[in-house]
Amino acid sequence: MIIEGHVIKLGDKIDTDIIIPAKHLKYTNPEYLAQHIFESIDPEFHKKAKGAIIVAGKVFGMGSSREQAAIAIKAAGVKAILAESFARIFYRNAINNGLPVMICPEITKEVNEGDIIVVNIEEGKVLVRNKVINCKGITGMALDILKAGGLIEYLKNLKSNKE
Amino acid sequence: MTQTLTEKILSRASGKVVAPGEVVEIKVDIVAFHDLTGYHVIEVMEKTNMLKIHNIDSLVIAFDHLVPPPDVRSAEIHQFIRNFVKNFKVKNFHDVGYGILHQVLLESYVLPGHVVVAADSHTSTLGALGAFSQGMGASDVAAIVITGKTWVTVPQPFKIKLSGKPRDWVTGKDIALEILRVFKADYFNGMAIEIFVENPSSFPMDYRATVANMGIEMNSDTIMFIPDVVTVNHVKNTRGFEPKIITPDNNAKYIDEYTIELDKVDLLVSAPHSVDNVKSVREVSGTDVDYVFIGSCTNGRLSDFEIAAKILKGRKVKTRCIAIPASWSVFKKAMEFGYIQTLVEAGCIVTYGTCGPCIGGHFGIAAPNEVVVTTSNRNFVGRMGSPHAKIYLSGPAIAAATAVIGKIAEPGDVI
Repeated sequence: MIIEGHVIKLGDKIDTDIIIPAKHLKYTNPEYLAQHIFESIDPEFHKKAKGAIIVAGKVFGMGSSREQAAIAIKAAGVKAILAESFARIFYRNAINNGLPVMICPEITKEVNEGDIIVVNIEEGKVLVRNKVINCKGITGMALDILKAGGLIEYLKNLKSNKE
Repeated sequence: MTQTLTEKILSRASGKVVAPGEVVEIKVDIVAFHDLTGYHVIEVMEKTNMLKIHNIDSLVIAFDHLVPPPDVRSAEIHQFIRNFVKNFKVKNFHDVGYGILHQVLLESYVLPGHVVVAADSHTSTLGALGAFSQGMGASDVAAIVITGKTWVTVPQPFKIKLSGKPRDWVTGKDIALEILRVFKADYFNGMAIEIFVENPSSFPMDYRATVANMGIEMNSDTIMFIPDVVTVNHVKNTRGFEPKIITPDNNAKYIDEYTIELDKVDLLVSAPHSVDNVKSVREVSGTDVDYVFIGSCTNGRLSDFEIAAKILKGRKVKTRCIAIPASWSVFKKAMEFGYIQTLVEAGCIVTYGTCGPCIGGHFGIAAPNEVVVTTSNRNFVGRMGSPHAKIYLSGPAIAAATAVIGKIAEPGDVI
């Protein structure tokens, strides 16, 4: 999977309450959720998210298990998230909803807001200004789930292959 | 070859000897969800066209986030899940008025050595019993309901030793905040924290549940208290039988160890807007406070209300005060001991078994620029209502003393 996009840079410890507050969790509709991402820090965020790659620091997505955090970011048009580290639950939720996420320990030092970068998910490489940054690529079942577009499609494919 | 508690439980659950870093498929002993994530779990099950339950005995459902329903949509969510319960004859179902899921699991379902997964991050609470517990999202939980299995990366084990005895008024919350003060919120990412209590009776089950609850705020993969006599007694008292317990081998290998001398830990708070922004209560004492919340899956247990009642007895609160025991069972015991009467006479609003205030859902929302002292688990921006509210986390002693004084205070300022 090769992904290209412009960088939106965020800090450390981006939590799920900031991504999508609990008051929106009574719904799972992606279009509705996308309107509200990061609204408490930037009500216009969803307008600039389309085609972006989020670059962030430590434990991105920490906090709640709310899968709407991953659904909302994907529905807003964000193509991938690269972070120094992820909270375990968010990482799984992202893969399960077909949102590419990659652990890139050096990424915040090498990439600036607005940079155009190219990401190779399987190989775990990011190209920025002719420089290659190494990340932890996605392999195995996680890659299969991501390629299927998420866990629901993955499970449906498994079922129809058996039948 | 020696094994840690994490490795023993995951070896049993995967049917092979596991090592840290490996990705393994494991059987799940208890799978659970509540109302706010539960409807999402069922939606995912419907979309996969595999609407079936692998093992009806292992599934637990409790309503707690939208309790009692604050609006029509919430009531519809309850109705939707009740229909699922009826259609699939779910046995372990707890409707409005029973308790917060993690407390219900602690009181009635989880045993030491279990693998527990629920669609809520604070599932880490069950580590209090020495169970391998993880919160997961709705899709992962749906897959477990359908298949009985999931995959995990075996975490790196880290050992924390608790020695000595906590000072007066210092409880589980202060110890959780001490761990966050020392290590910060990102240190334990990818690790399993195993906690060994040198003098088991110095750290009762309620304190253990608070620390394990906050294990997710430490971003640990899981957190477990190594089972001991306190664990055994908890199961005897709540279930009426003596459980088998698993403990790590002597000389099991940990990537690192850290000892907390309990008698050296101060009364602590997390200041806005990060759980690891930990300070001694004296650094912030005198800060004006509008609203105090005592309760939640973090600190809504009997010993929390015992402490609050000791401080509030015969006094009146100066802040708004909302108190919520985590379950019907805790509420009833608190009533029998007179704690509820004390809280009501002091001017607190008391109900039970709802998560409303902690998630900024309902039953007490913070306004812009208000200052909140809460015994719950997160002080993120906007967590309890307005993103312009300031949230301090504390244990029950600081919360109750603050309610009496109207400013951040400690019990010595009141008694």
